[in-house]
Amino acid sequence: MSHDSKHAAHAHPSGATYLKVAAILTIITVIEVWAYYIPALVASPLFNPSLIIMSALKFAIVVLFYMHLRYDHKLFKALFTGPLIIAMGTIMALLFLFGKVAL
Amino acid sequence: MASHAHAATAGHADGHDAHEHHHYTTTGLDHRKIAIWAFIGSECMLFASLISTYLIYKGKSLVGPFPHTEYVNEAGKVFKPILDIPVTSASTFVLLMSSLAMVLALQAVQLKGTPLPTGAGLWKRLERSSQFWLGMTALLGATFLGFQAYEFTSFVHEGLTIKTNLFGSTFFTLTGFHGAHVTVGVLWLMTLLWIDRTRGLGPKDELIVDICALYWHFVDVVWIAIFTLIYLIQ
Amino acid sequence: MATIAQPTHAAHAGASAEQTGIWSWITTVDHKRIGTLYLWTALFFFLVGGLEAVLIRTQLMRPNMGFVSADTYNQLFTMHGTTMVFLAVMPLSAAFFNYLIPLQIGARDVAFPRLNAFSYWVYLFGGIFITLPILFKVAPDGGWFGYAPLTSNQFAPGPNIDFWVIGLQILGVSSLAAAFNFITTIINMRAPGMSLMRMPMFTWMSFVVQFLLILAFPPITVALFFLLMDRFFGTNFYAIAAGADPLLWQHLFWVFGHPEVYILILPAFGLVSEVLPTFSKKPLFGYNVMVYSGIMIGFLGFGVWAHHMFAVGMGPVADSIFSLMTMLIAIPTGVKIFNWIATMWSGEVRFTVPMKFAIALIAMFTIGGISGVMHSSPPADLQQTDTYFIVAHFHYVLFGGSIMGIFAGIYFYYPKMTGRFMHDGLGNLHFWLNFIGMNLTFFPMHFSGLYGMPRRIYQYDAGQGWDLFNMMSTYGTYLLVVATAVFVWNFIRSRSNGAVAPNDPWGAATLEWSIPSPPPEYNFAQIPEVTSRSPLWDLKDPERTAGIEHSHADAMTITDAHAVPMHEETERHTAKELGIPMPFPTAKPLFTAFGMCTMFSGLLFLRNDMFAVAMTVTLTGAAMLIGGLYAWFTAPLE
Repeated sequence: MSHDSKHAAHAHPSGATYLKVAAILTIITVIEVWAYYIPALVASPLFNPSLIIMSALKFAIVVLFYMHLRYDHKLFKALFTGPLIIAMGTIMALLFLFGKVAL
Repeated sequence: MASHAHAATAGHADGHDAHEHHHYTTTGLDHRKIAIWAFIGSECMLFASLISTYLIYKGKSLVGPFPHTEYVNEAGKVFKPILDIPVTSASTFVLLMSSLAMVLALQAVQLKGTPLPTGAGLWKRLERSSQFWLGMTALLGATFLGFQAYEFTSFVHEGLTIKTNLFGSTFFTLTGFHGAHVTVGVLWLMTLLWIDRTRGLGPKDELIVDICALYWHFVDVVWIAIFTLIYLIQ
Repeated sequence: MATIAQPTHAAHAGASAEQTGIWSWITTVDHKRIGTLYLWTALFFFLVGGLEAVLIRTQLMRPNMGFVSADTYNQLFTMHGTTMVFLAVMPLSAAFFNYLIPLQIGARDVAFPRLNAFSYWVYLFGGIFITLPILFKVAPDGGWFGYAPLTSNQFAPGPNIDFWVIGLQILGVSSLAAAFNFITTIINMRAPGMSLMRMPMFTWMSFVVQFLLILAFPPITVALFFLLMDRFFGTNFYAIAAGADPLLWQHLFWVFGHPEVYILILPAFGLVSEVLPTFSKKPLFGYNVMVYSGIMIGFLGFGVWAHHMFAVGMGPVADSIFSLMTMLIAIPTGVKIFNWIATMWSGEVRFTVPMKFAIALIAMFTIGGISGVMHSSPPADLQQTDTYFIVAHFHYVLFGGSIMGIFAGIYFYYPKMTGRFMHDGLGNLHFWLNFIGMNLTFFPMHFSGLYGMPRRIYQYDAGQGWDLFNMMSTYGTYLLVVATAVFVWNFIRSRSNGAVAPNDPWGAATLEWSIPSPPPEYNFAQIPEVTSRSPLWDLKDPERTAGIEHSHADAMTITDAHAVPMHEETERHTAKELGIPMPFPTAKPLFTAFGMCTMFSGLLFLRNDMFAVAMTVTLTGAAMLIGGLYAWFTAPLE
């Protein structure tokens, strides 16, 4: 790892980017809550998957921008994504074993 | 002989270690930042276990109140769906905004000492105030906890305690674990604010703000998952 | 930094005044001393767990013995398992993590020396907390797996399980804190040039184990927290009457429990991977594949847990998936076995005591591994589950694997730790008694198990074909007692009577052998620049390593211009003379650990509705914890 890339790791985005990210997060949250109040949407089979996707999107945005994972050392990406994959896999496996999701 | 550690300091004076003793590290990164990321990885498994349990027991409660559906007990008493989406949406928004405040606090600490461009407006000047943003993050975190306290007490008034049913046990434990994490975060932020007020935080202290920020954002993303999985999905 | 002149060499050859006495051990933050504390404490608990095994085996020697009561028997087998897993084998591995990791990667200490001391003290207090009740006959009695709802208030109303729940929660904190510490240490404190793919195999396996720890302990923490809430605050997590699922605990426990198996075995794999190349005078065969296999075992270890639960009836799909995953994990494990054999193949093998233990691990673990693959098949498992066949299997893995590996490590590293060899004759005696005793104890269990003898029964009737096998197992256990006595005698007397050992008594290849035995407090006077996997062989015997391709440094390594070429350090100084800053000794981690354990133990009083007492104890503990942390964080490290 050279010194150049180490300094690049500190090149965080500006305040304006943070505000834009906050705006996007707010918009997604508004859409989520709005959808919750439309019975036709709630009844749709796509409701749960789309909510989970929106939630995952928010999760990823915060991790990538606010936690700087997009800009930071690759080591941190590994330290976070490895455990995250195992955690998600465990949740899925448990839900399957308890008959909450079908294969 | 010359001290190895001191020689290493001279070799690696890359800006943020000029003020104090700094050890050579293999990656050039600080120990504490690696440790906090490993800790966050571990926390993923903690919340995965809690969330799994909540979802496994979802819909398995024998008596109400229930989260999304009405419940009538043997005596004919009606319990409305207990989750209060408007209030929780508000508290979710508050926690999201606290993440914004946190990231701006870190930026303010990093920028401290860099001269402001001439004719900088109010926002540019506010951007430099680490005390304002640290205080704001703590305040928003405390507001979130206030919402949670309100939610918990109103649930108890409506007849849902941690002993009532499986929903009560899993709900209060999961959100309680999260609330405990927020509480620790608020205390951590207040400690940073106190340090900032007493001796001032600057670019050299970037790391201690950074690790707190990472913890805080992680607590926020856990809530993003909880809000969708527990509150919105029925 | 100025060097402070010391008039005589004798003054710094021995330990200075501040380095001796009880207080120096209480306040130590030196990874080597903490490792030594772990070693002694864990060996003590190993004897306790062994004694419990002797009582169990004595009760089972003959049909319908009345040596102990059924109740005591339950406490004995519960505490035998709990002690061996959490208080003996894991901390014995931790002793080696502490002692060896910094030495193997060329560091002067771990990343967080005070956190390291904290981990040890939490382990000690947690161990005492969970062990003491057996003296008052109120020890945990629900098995080391503590299946809820059998451990909920309804079926276990006494305080026994309270000690278990709280004790394991305390011990979990110790393991987690240590794991964060070692992850950081291994990533960030490697000497210049020590790329990941140049790390000694023990450090690599330890690295994998630390990730298993940080990912496996949260599920058990959560499961224990649920049980604790159920027992003390009336929640419904395991309350079947309220609709709870009786399998929730089993799943959460085994999500932890299976990675835990690898937590117990991988450090031993790492130790023998140091011993075998040294005494074969050959580099480890297939280093890269050994690393990938270790990572693979760790990763797959999270996807096999439900094979502990085939008997509960999970359905054909789940059974098939977990069966296949379990068979899959035998591949990287088998790769390791073959690589060890290939390491010895055509090498100049020296059959020293550590080498014998290492070879015994290969053989015994293979037997345990094969019986393990047998019950990866659900139909076979349904015959074997909850019988002595399973007991035979996991004792071949844990005694034949972990304990053999740890003994190999103790005999191998004893000269490095103490500066003296353990006695060779006694070591050989120990090895053969141990080897024969182990097989005499556990091999017959395969038969008693297949003849249908269930686990955890405290009496059995004669004439079921089990009598002879039980008699054999019991005599085998007595042989193990003799073997262990020989070991303990050797371990203690060699500290002062053993032959003096030089820096590198075995002709090994890695960094820890380039410094004096025992290492000085600062470990390395000058941090060496590492250029290969076997730096000491490059230095002393370049011809042997000439044909081996030296791996390139990976991207995670930056080179420190001030590192010096590889060399042997023979002189012993003090850190002060060399101007090396060392962490201050401090009792704050001990105080903080004590506060935390006090806080947890306050819960015990809730059992008798002593709410005021519980609150007082818990709040006192919490105040000590917070005060300790505050004092700790505000005090400079060095």
